[in-house]
Amino acid sequence: MKPPLLAFNKKGIYCEAADVYLDPWKPVDKAIISHGHADHSRWGNKKYITHHSNVPIIKHRLGEIEVSGKEWNETFTINGVKFSLHPAGHIIGSSQIRVEYKGEVWVFTGDYKDEDDGVAVPYEPVKCHTFITECTFGLPAFKWQSQAEVFSEINNWWQQNKENGQTSVIFGYSLGKAQRLLKHLDTSIGEIYTHGAIENMTEVIRPLSEMPETTRITRDTKNNEFKGNIVVAPPSAHGSPWIKKMVAYVTASASGWMTFRGARRRRAIDRGFVLSDHCDWQGLLKSIKATGAEKVICTHGYTDIFSRYLREIGYDARTEETQYEGEMGEEESKKEIEN
Amino acid sequence: MREENQDKELSLKGMRDFAELIKTLDSTNKTTLKVAALTHYFKNAEDKDKVWTIAILSHRRPPRPVNTTLMREWASELANIPAWLFEESYHIVGDLAETIALVIPQAEEPSAKSLNQFLQEIIDLKAKSEAEKKEYLHENWLSLNYYERFVFTKLITGSFRIGVSQKLMTRALSKATDIDEDILAYKMMGNWKPEKTTFKKLILEENEEDYLSKPYPFYLAYAIDGDVEELGDVAEWSAEHKWDGIRSQVIVRNDELFVWSRGEELVTDKYPEFEDFVGKVPNGTVIDGEILPFPDGKIGTFKDLQTRIGRKNISKKLLEKTPVILKAYDVLEWKGEDIRTEPFIERRKILEKLYAEVAAEEIPLHLSERISFKNWVEVAEERERAREEKSEGLMLKRLDSPYLVGRKKGDWWKWKVDPLTVDAVLTYAMRGHGRRKNLFTDYTFGLWDDDKKELVTFAKAYSGLTDAEFRKLDNWIKKNTLERFGPVRSVTPHHVFEIAFEGIAESKRHKSGVATRFPRMVRWRTDKNIHEANTLGELRDLIPD
Repeated sequence: MKPPLLAFNKKGIYCEAADVYLDPWKPVDKAIISHGHADHSRWGNKKYITHHSNVPIIKHRLGEIEVSGKEWNETFTINGVKFSLHPAGHIIGSSQIRVEYKGEVWVFTGDYKDEDDGVAVPYEPVKCHTFITECTFGLPAFKWQSQAEVFSEINNWWQQNKENGQTSVIFGYSLGKAQRLLKHLDTSIGEIYTHGAIENMTEVIRPLSEMPETTRITRDTKNNEFKGNIVVAPPSAHGSPWIKKMVAYVTASASGWMTFRGARRRRAIDRGFVLSDHCDWQGLLKSIKATGAEKVICTHGYTDIFSRYLREIGYDARTEETQYEGEMGEEESKKEIEN
Repeated sequence: MREENQDKELSLKGMRDFAELIKTLDSTNKTTLKVAALTHYFKNAEDKDKVWTIAILSHRRPPRPVNTTLMREWASELANIPAWLFEESYHIVGDLAETIALVIPQAEEPSAKSLNQFLQEIIDLKAKSEAEKKEYLHENWLSLNYYERFVFTKLITGSFRIGVSQKLMTRALSKATDIDEDILAYKMMGNWKPEKTTFKKLILEENEEDYLSKPYPFYLAYAIDGDVEELGDVAEWSAEHKWDGIRSQVIVRNDELFVWSRGEELVTDKYPEFEDFVGKVPNGTVIDGEILPFPDGKIGTFKDLQTRIGRKNISKKLLEKTPVILKAYDVLEWKGEDIRTEPFIERRKILEKLYAEVAAEEIPLHLSERISFKNWVEVAEERERAREEKSEGLMLKRLDSPYLVGRKKGDWWKWKVDPLTVDAVLTYAMRGHGRRKNLFTDYTFGLWDDDKKELVTFAKAYSGLTDAEFRKLDNWIKKNTLERFGPVRSVTPHHVFEIAFEGIAESKRHKSGVATRFPRMVRWRTDKNIHEANTLGELRDLIPD
């Protein structure tokens, strides 16, 4: 039996024919990287290949690395295996990785969402035989509202807090969620202030996507500046001494996990907005269908449940162990800050 | 929240507004915001809806009209997902009503029906056929939006745990009506039915007749924090044992007996022993005490009492095997007068005199004796004897304290005996419920068998760690799962926890042969490896003779 085009081993998703890894979790010689989040682009690989808009992002995170940037749909061949990158819509610079060899096509999604968020290039389904998909929110309980509805709620919340003389503090990962928030906050309400970790990342992204004016919070920022304005901060800032400057403030979190009533209360956050950079249940099912794939491999999230359902509706679906952190989505943010 | 200028008219009418209220209460941890939202609702909702809101928040729901198995079946059918997938989702979401609300598609139009209309329908639903029930649920699930659907389903399945205590609700009601909180607390006690009363009758009117069966709100103590000597001069304090039974009020008025448990449940029928009080204890008396099991003429264990609690029909045999007594702490009403504002020591004098008068009558009234002591050291020594006395520790009460309403700091303190502890190994984990659903926070612990070869399950615990510790452990469990059994996962034996518990007794029902009471985690023993955990034999040594 010939080896599969992509295999899951101890270091990552391996293409033996090309001797290259996709999003490896252990250091390797050559890695094709889907996007800039810490669990997908790790430190220590000799060569990185990724979409050119992800290049400044991973350089910012990983320092001086050897990296080459590719265009969307640009085919590059390694040992006769054809690779190309296609928009995944997860965060800016996020790609699906298409692998073709001897007429067989596999696509690895990394992380993705099927809604246009206005920052990332929107997801495009890619035809393939085998589809390797994440399923972070692969449960029928997850059902997103449209981005327009969620941002109308977020902006109303800000407006209301302003009228009550309070500062709004909203938490989101510094790469991805933060820029999505910045892009859609209604700046006619007030000023946007940013935590240093978020401002650093946003500076990297400004040349790639237009962002509103923001003010970095520093030691010199006066306590009385915040009233009525909004602060965008990473989740780790919640409960830290840093936030005390913003009294009186109201907190909110923007994440798919906010679907669960318990998630918000457990974190003692005043308000939860359900805003995710992953597909919801229907989004996953629709995307899989659009690829035309017969074989589906689930990498992270509610993999056992989701692949069982896929089998019931007729796919040849299975689960592979990876070190991507779907089910621990809430922890992702913490890791990101530590890096 | 709506504009102030609408306050004049009844602006809150529908289920929509009640759902909005619940959402507001549920989405803040700040007491002031909760009280403000409730006050606004009580000022603006229609009277019938207000009565139901009070009933729901004080856990008076209509009986469940549909069993949950059917509801799960019908909900998965409506959501067009297989039953197993609904169950898996339920394990992860952790709350049935929330799962149903999440998996069913969004409504087009919000519902216009009022809260009381929904509740009347839910009451009427119980007697309907299965097909009618199904049709009713389908129709309403589809016509409500997400949060309304959640609230509607909650009304059918279970109680609301949204961090609104009775005290908080009473405060809001007091702000909305200008009636004193303690008076309101008293009015809301007892056995009223929301479908039979009105807001006027329940809350606004003075009505002597209604008071016949009513208990007083219980005064509850906080656990003592810090050194007992900080309470000051020992001569200002009274101490007695904290008995481990059911805190109750026994009422004799108009030759009738009423027994109330602390959960505000009328339990007169469950304890026929106390019927003997009528005619011996004078009318117009309310005694605060503890119902205790009294097999073979001495105080039994809580396990003995459990044989009485769950029973609807109390057989003669059971009455002989496990009779109960009332261990009296206090008297709240005497000769028809509310004496709660009298100093504790004066109320005790009345109680002790009453006890002396009826002692010869052979009624099951016992006195919770006050302990005599000269200094705090002697008090502490008595506390050490708690397990021998079959008590949980001591109650400390200021001699001049009035009988207050609810849990208050200052005059009364509970000083429990230190718990027993063992070090045990984490063996299984399950997702939590409520606040901690979707995290693995419900754990099973094992101790070594006497050969130290195998871990035997001895207790389950789900409290005592910080949120940060729970998250860390949850993360570890997800990476170290050995096997999955539905919602339960077995994990690599690795972590040792110090488990504390209040009581211990032999049990044939437990694999370990031992039952523990209130087990909880007190410390994550990262300094210990699993071979340093305790054995079952060492646990059995803790069972008192």
